[in-house]
Amino acid sequence: MENDALKQAVQDMEAHFGGQANEFRGQVQVLVAPDKIVAAAQTLRDGHNFEIMADITAVDYGPDASPRFHVVYQFNSISEHIRLTLRVPLDGNEPTMDTMTGVFLNANWLERELWDMFGIRFEGHPDLRRILMPYDWEGHPLRKDYPLGYEEVQFTFNYDEIDQRKPRPKE
Amino acid sequence: MAMLERVETTLDELKHLVSEQAFEGDTLLLNMGPQHPSTHGVLRLLLELDGEIIVNCIPDIGFLHTGIEKNMEAKTYAKAEVMTDRLDYLNTMGNNLAYCLAVEKLAELDVPERAQVVRVIFAELQRIASHLVWLGTQALDLAAMSVFLYCFREREYILDIMEMCSGQRMMTTYIRPGGLWRDVPVEFEDAVRKFIAYMPGRIQQYEDLLTKNPIFIDRVRGIGKMTREQALAWGATGSTARASGIDYDIRKVQPYSGYEQYDFDVPTHTDGDVYARYLCRIEEMRQSVKIIDQAINRLPMGPFCSNNRKFVPPPRSELSRSMEAVIHHFKLWTEGYDVPKGSVYSVVESPRGELGVMLESDGGPKPYRIKWRTPSFSHIQLLSWIAKGHYVADLVAIIGSVDIVLGDTDR
Amino acid sequence: MGIEQKLGNMGVVTHRLEDLVNWSRTRAMWPMLFGLACCAIEMMAAQGAHFDMSRFGMELMRASPRQSDLMIVAGRVSRKMAPVLRRLYDQMPDPKWVVAMGDCASCGGVFNNYAIVQGVDEIVPVDVFVAGCPPRPEALIHGIVTLHEKVQGEKMKDWA
Repeated sequence: MENDALKQAVQDMEAHFGGQANEFRGQVQVLVAPDKIVAAAQTLRDGHNFEIMADITAVDYGPDASPRFHVVYQFNSISEHIRLTLRVPLDGNEPTMDTMTGVFLNANWLERELWDMFGIRFEGHPDLRRILMPYDWEGHPLRKDYPLGYEEVQFTFNYDEIDQRKPRPKE
Repeated sequence: MAMLERVETTLDELKHLVSEQAFEGDTLLLNMGPQHPSTHGVLRLLLELDGEIIVNCIPDIGFLHTGIEKNMEAKTYAKAEVMTDRLDYLNTMGNNLAYCLAVEKLAELDVPERAQVVRVIFAELQRIASHLVWLGTQALDLAAMSVFLYCFREREYILDIMEMCSGQRMMTTYIRPGGLWRDVPVEFEDAVRKFIAYMPGRIQQYEDLLTKNPIFIDRVRGIGKMTREQALAWGATGSTARASGIDYDIRKVQPYSGYEQYDFDVPTHTDGDVYARYLCRIEEMRQSVKIIDQAINRLPMGPFCSNNRKFVPPPRSELSRSMEAVIHHFKLWTEGYDVPKGSVYSVVESPRGELGVMLESDGGPKPYRIKWRTPSFSHIQLLSWIAKGHYVADLVAIIGSVDIVLGDTDR
Repeated sequence: MGIEQKLGNMGVVTHRLEDLVNWSRTRAMWPMLFGLACCAIEMMAAQGAHFDMSRFGMELMRASPRQSDLMIVAGRVSRKMAPVLRRLYDQMPDPKWVVAMGDCASCGGVFNNYAIVQGVDEIVPVDVFVAGCPPRPEALIHGIVTLHEKVQGEKMKDWA
């Protein structure tokens, strides 16, 4: 980490928000607890000039792992030209955490996507409903225990048996 | 069939997004449906109109959701790259490049100089091709059809160059981790030089048609204004942000693939309206031609991909001579290569903005989690804010200027 | 000279009704704008000046299904879009034809997963499948010419 501004931001995270930083391939990732993340983001925005939150995403480590999810926030500073990643470990099959929409406006749809794809609820979100899947879909597709939905391919040798099962329009 | 039953959201679910006037019947709720000539893809907009003025604009996406991220988790790294083209289908080389940069960063692969220069040439050619489609469709929406035909004429030339190198016009998968798929053919240099010789004249043609045209200016000046603070709060990047005064281009700030060696300007404007975005993108096309000019002049001789046989397959001529090459070839094509454990976030500057790839690997041959941070996802969000108070006809100009691609948004 | 001899003095031409109606249907078939994804860009390129589609009478693409004959499903159809597709097909007046352009519309293409309908013939009856990812504009034109040949060969009892 050569950049001073980045070092200061990381030290702030470690000192006040209980973060654990680690550096991998030249990028810094700080592990922060779920109840502190909104305050940490606010500090980054106001105190360290991280104007843009580029992305919120999540990684699912499987139903047996603990913590099950890691929610990953990417912050970007335009004036200092630095980037920082914050990771939040979340546990359980119906996790909840606080919303980031009060701090960064574009968290609105990004958190909706996390709800849709992973089932992570955000308290205080103005509009939490499905965004990418159809309105009445059940299940959260990007979880590891959700099947891919792979359908058997219709080749010549199994053409007829699949043809009988395939839905056809009524005209 | 169950999948054909439910089409609409109900008004109950949207109550909190529309104003109270809608319930009294003072405003009209209009559906600008997924199939519409001006929405640039399958975007559904629920408009609340007071006469012709938009009071609220609620975008509804997901009509092109392809489950690419989940599908890539089930394939090896090489096979998953095929799907990356189909995300933002106007920036196919750029998507490949973003993916390859992420994989190379995780696996610590080196890329030779020749491959880097060719990658830059293709990224800029793709940028010009994407901006041509943007210009053509925006002009078409504003009823300037001849610009559409001219832009697609230029685009044919670029697609010919891509076909010459990779065999495919759009979904090339030419840029692979470690370098390129195969070396550029002999005719490549002449074709590119011919292209950059006549392209500035063509860009001037488009400018002559539109930039000082009073009808065009009336339709786009002062429309869809976005201030600098709004752009930052909504996470706008790329030309959409640069037109509002944010001077940030990833090619200059966090250069990848050798961009620090090229001399080019990054156009910015302060107005933040549709006209400013138009001017920014036209100037970007010119700068791209400048970059390609410098790149083709410095194209060095050398290998076109890395020698690291753990990740890059050996050339077929080696297979008849070396047993090791056969073993590497077999392992790479059946099992795939193992990428070390860890997570990276790599960004490139796509024609739309900041395209980021968060790639997390668990040490195996398949990507454990890949997330595409796409610029259009953020830009459609801010569409609902900058469209308020405008007429429906202006909305069409605004959607065109933000340059969204629904494949990018819905993944 | 030739045509006056054939026409005679009354200006009467005899021909089978089938051929005449089919000929007029093929020569001015208006496609509906149903570009969804990447194939739409190739469809727009086919519409452009290089691979001109207006020489087949398909110059204007009507956005409204009520005024079009041909639906070129260009691109991948997701599960959320499927009811919309069916509704638009139902809104088209007879006679209507469907061309499934590209691999995703024909069979699901590269995407064999929960989100994409595996072939648009699960939803609407398709007349011509055009393969390719995306198919070249020339391949699309070949598909359209194949459709024209199919329509030319239709019999009166098959008419809707």
